[in-house]
Amino acid sequence: MSVMPVILWTDALIFALLASVLVLVWLIRRQEHLRAPWRAVAQRPMAMGAALVLSVFVVTGLLDSLHYREKLPDSPADRPHYSVEVLSVFDKLVGDLRTRQEKTYSAPLAMQLYAKEFVQRDGVTVREYPRLKFGGAHLQTEAERIPDIARRSLTGLVQGLAVSLLLFGLLAAWQAHRSHMSSGQWLVAWRAGRLDWPARTVVLIVSVLLMLGGMLLNLAAAYHVFGTDKVGQDVLYISLKSIRTGLVIGTLTTLVTLPLAIGFGIAAGYFRGWVDDVIQYVYTVLNSIPGVLLIAAAVLIVQVYIESNPDLFDTAAARADIRLLALCLIMGVTSWTGLARLLRGESLKLRTLDYVEAARAFGVSHARIIGRHIFPNLFHLVLIAIVLDFSGLVLAEAVLSYVGVGVDPSMHSWGNMINGSRLELAREPVVWWQLGAAFAFMFTLVLAANLFADGVRDAFDPRQGGRR
Amino acid sequence: MKPLLSVDRLVTEFGRGADALRVIDGVSFYVAAGETYALLGESGSGKSITALSLMRLLPDGGHIAAGSVHLGEQDVLALPERDMRSVRGGGMAMIFQEPMLALNPVVKVGTQIVEVLVLHQRLAGPAAWDAARGLLDSVGVPDAARRLESYPFELSGGLRQRVMIAMALAGRPKLLIADEPTTALDVTIQAQVLDVLRRLRTEQQMGMLLITHDLGVVAENADRVGVMYAGELVEEGARDAFFAAPQHPYSRMLFEALPRPGDGGRLTTIPGQVPGFDQTQRGCRFAPRCPFAIARCRTESPDWQTLDGQRVRCHLAAGLPARSEREMTAHAKSGEITQPLLQVDGLKVHFPVRRGFFQRTVGHVRAVDEVSLSIRAGRTLALVGESGCGKTTVGKALLRLIEPTAGTIALGGETILADNVAMLRRQAQMVFQDPFSSLNPRMRVADILLEGMDALGVGAARDRREAMTQLLRQVGLPEDAGGRYPHAFSGGQRQRIAIARALAVSPRLVICDEPTSALDVSVQAQILNLLKDLQDSLGLAYLFITHNLAVVDYLAHDVAVMYLGRIVEQGAAADVLRAPRHPYTQALVSAVPRIETQTGHTIIRLPGDQPSPLNPPVGCHFHPRCTHASEACRLAYPEQTDLGNGHWARCHWVAGQLS
Repeated sequence: MSVMPVILWTDALIFALLASVLVLVWLIRRQEHLRAPWRAVAQRPMAMGAALVLSVFVVTGLLDSLHYREKLPDSPADRPHYSVEVLSVFDKLVGDLRTRQEKTYSAPLAMQLYAKEFVQRDGVTVREYPRLKFGGAHLQTEAERIPDIARRSLTGLVQGLAVSLLLFGLLAAWQAHRSHMSSGQWLVAWRAGRLDWPARTVVLIVSVLLMLGGMLLNLAAAYHVFGTDKVGQDVLYISLKSIRTGLVIGTLTTLVTLPLAIGFGIAAGYFRGWVDDVIQYVYTVLNSIPGVLLIAAAVLIVQVYIESNPDLFDTAAARADIRLLALCLIMGVTSWTGLARLLRGESLKLRTLDYVEAARAFGVSHARIIGRHIFPNLFHLVLIAIVLDFSGLVLAEAVLSYVGVGVDPSMHSWGNMINGSRLELAREPVVWWQLGAAFAFMFTLVLAANLFADGVRDAFDPRQGGRR
Repeated sequence: MKPLLSVDRLVTEFGRGADALRVIDGVSFYVAAGETYALLGESGSGKSITALSLMRLLPDGGHIAAGSVHLGEQDVLALPERDMRSVRGGGMAMIFQEPMLALNPVVKVGTQIVEVLVLHQRLAGPAAWDAARGLLDSVGVPDAARRLESYPFELSGGLRQRVMIAMALAGRPKLLIADEPTTALDVTIQAQVLDVLRRLRTEQQMGMLLITHDLGVVAENADRVGVMYAGELVEEGARDAFFAAPQHPYSRMLFEALPRPGDGGRLTTIPGQVPGFDQTQRGCRFAPRCPFAIARCRTESPDWQTLDGQRVRCHLAAGLPARSEREMTAHAKSGEITQPLLQVDGLKVHFPVRRGFFQRTVGHVRAVDEVSLSIRAGRTLALVGESGCGKTTVGKALLRLIEPTAGTIALGGETILADNVAMLRRQAQMVFQDPFSSLNPRMRVADILLEGMDALGVGAARDRREAMTQLLRQVGLPEDAGGRYPHAFSGGQRQRIAIARALAVSPRLVICDEPTSALDVSVQAQILNLLKDLQDSLGLAYLFITHNLAVVDYLAHDVAVMYLGRIVEQGAAADVLRAPRHPYTQALVSAVPRIETQTGHTIIRLPGDQPSPLNPPVGCHFHPRCTHASEACRLAYPEQTDLGNGHWARCHWVAGQLS
């Protein structure tokens, strides 16, 4: 089946960002003083474990950013018609998880709907919990459910364990070959933690992730692992789709923030005088306007723009996407002040240092002084700020969507999930799984990002080991 | 008699197990009541860690691995932490190097002293405040009652250090540990503080452990001296014997590395640097740098030997050749009078003081006021003065790093205006004080050296690499240094890089802003020799900004003495330093601690501190501190009085003597 690739605005930006990160990594690898702290990060078990968890999220998000539209089966060959629904590679990979829609709420791993309904059975109308169309459809009776779940979980665990053992064997063989020792010696060194990277933690985290993945795969084939939402969509699927939204908010907002913060921060600190005054007034004013107000106004403007120009945005996905981008932009514009203030202070200090004076004594131009003397000495602050801000932005999205000024309601996001489950919390028994799933995913992502940020900050801290 | 403090084979380690770094290795000494024991050593020799070990105040990761410390009968190391608190302050007290960091900036001075009194003498209320005032009186703080109500930032450096001493004394300690008590102070203030310490020791029969790197301070204050090197005590003896005949090669070389008045020969340098503690050492720790080392030195650690009452750890102690006398060659003075290379007339740098909402200018800090200088090619002019007198501002204003308010600068006969600054920057460059902050840690040495050439377009681009290798060779650095980052180099090597950077654009004038004050004595000698060699081979002129008169004596042809933004005396180095005429210069010269015991050498004590340049005294700026001040001094700033041979001073008193 032929497809038409669709590149949404955020997709393009995400891949541009990916490319620039790769270039940055390449640059850092060549500079010893930049590489050393990253090597220190790689030696911290906590940071490496967090990085692995993060990478699972990132890969999911990237797969979800490769969009396309399918060709309609009955369209003519010379003038193909494409579906209005924009899918992603991720949708393709998860298969029918997306399409297995129930009628309404159902609890995690359930085989019946959440609410009683009138059902015609043998000509009699009875009120009972109707069976789900997909969840546990292969089961005959309720009694079979628990043993089936246990069996599937165990199978998944064993499969995950088997794959991780296989991978570990390959790793041991490769590493032993590389460092010219026998596999036995390498294993002893591994167990004693005498390798120059946190191999024990990495192996442990990978195995846990693989086992969890195996369990999920086995269970999701026949059940709704996290239940279904109001319109009967699989909550696991929604949660996974929300990863991309969270990552886009976290990264693209930073991308908007950075040039503003770096440019204004260094300019204010380095040039001082009226430049400093103007920039300080701008960010003081910006800081004193409530952020939510600005964001709500901007989102409203974009909404009006989309509705008055329907021909520019041909699919619902494109409309939701432009709103997401607008949200990133406006959050970026409101959140650069903190980092700019930090960089201003640091530049004020750096410009008085003797090596800057020495450069001025040679008549080196301002641009060159900033480029060669100021910016490289601020770079660690920027890196730390990026990693620290990321988790804050993911959480901010959830809050904004809950308030109703966040992403498009049709877009899957953790904020929308929380918003959707808000009213259902009053029901008896409580519909908790939507909220729970959003919480679990957000918690994992933010915790991993924070732990990683801690590792980065410690490695760049000059007081810890004087690596600079 | 049982000594007050006895330290026996003290070992202090950082880290545990096999990776532990031995920072102090088997140090033993004693201090008797009423005596001053000086621990002498370069930075990194472990002297401060010794003091902290005695107080059991080691930083994180450090612990005492072996040995014993007895204060009187008390075993300090065996005490529980609770009892240790009364020993600190009560038994022994410590004075730190940086008084601003050791005093809490948001608590009044009086409250801080009373806190100690309450703790150690159980005084309370007005009695405690009276005692605090008495303490401040005893350390010579004028107007003590008012000072109790001051915050630390309202006090000058010298007063702060006295407050620190008063606090240390508040617990009536039996032993006072002074860790570089005067390193951060100017010479005239240093003389005041050392006076106070000497007097208190005699009055209260305290023992004093004086930690310093300054041989002059040791010579004037210590009764006995211990020399530390790389965590070991290498020599110990009574002061007079030690200064008459140091026995360890290291002590001897320290003496020889010191610039002395009246000699212009090369200084002896100690090659290399103090070893880091991470290097495992076999044999004598000084062996790698010792010119006398024999095979045995490298394998076997020497034991203590006693020679005429001095103890020394050296295999060769008795058999070392007699001390070589350094030849006392005078400066090779170029006779012909050439055109001045740099001519500065009436240089003024005023910083506006702004106040209020509209930032109106309410006054000016006259950092530099009417300074005129001239330097001839191949000569060195030293600009001498205490901190805050504006000497660094002069240097920066000459390079237009700070825009001068008024005055003309002419270089090689051409007046420098705003449009030919590039020419100035080709011909004049600067070497900064702190080699750690003057090199960008993110740039390779090659890039640092090329920066100036690139910016000023010196030579063809393809020749610059070649020129850079040449530069590295000139300042005595390995040729592969270009590829490395500054952090791979020691302080002395970094200063060489900074000198090479200044030389990269082939200037004719180099402004050296205290280039050796952040360096150890042995390294200072290397840098001074290098500067001298470069002057001989390249015909450079130096403007040497410093507060260290010994260095001036060694390097300078001419001297200008600055006080509060103005030059008060100027002339040939020999005239100004040997026969100073201005009362300020006289006090400055006499306050420098000297190694040679001089008969009839009386130190002129200057009362008080340098006033603020925001509000200088009317008339002669120096008159409030001057012992010769008369009515005329309070009325008008004195004119220049010519003393012949290019020597002049600005002083009514000197003028009065002549007429």
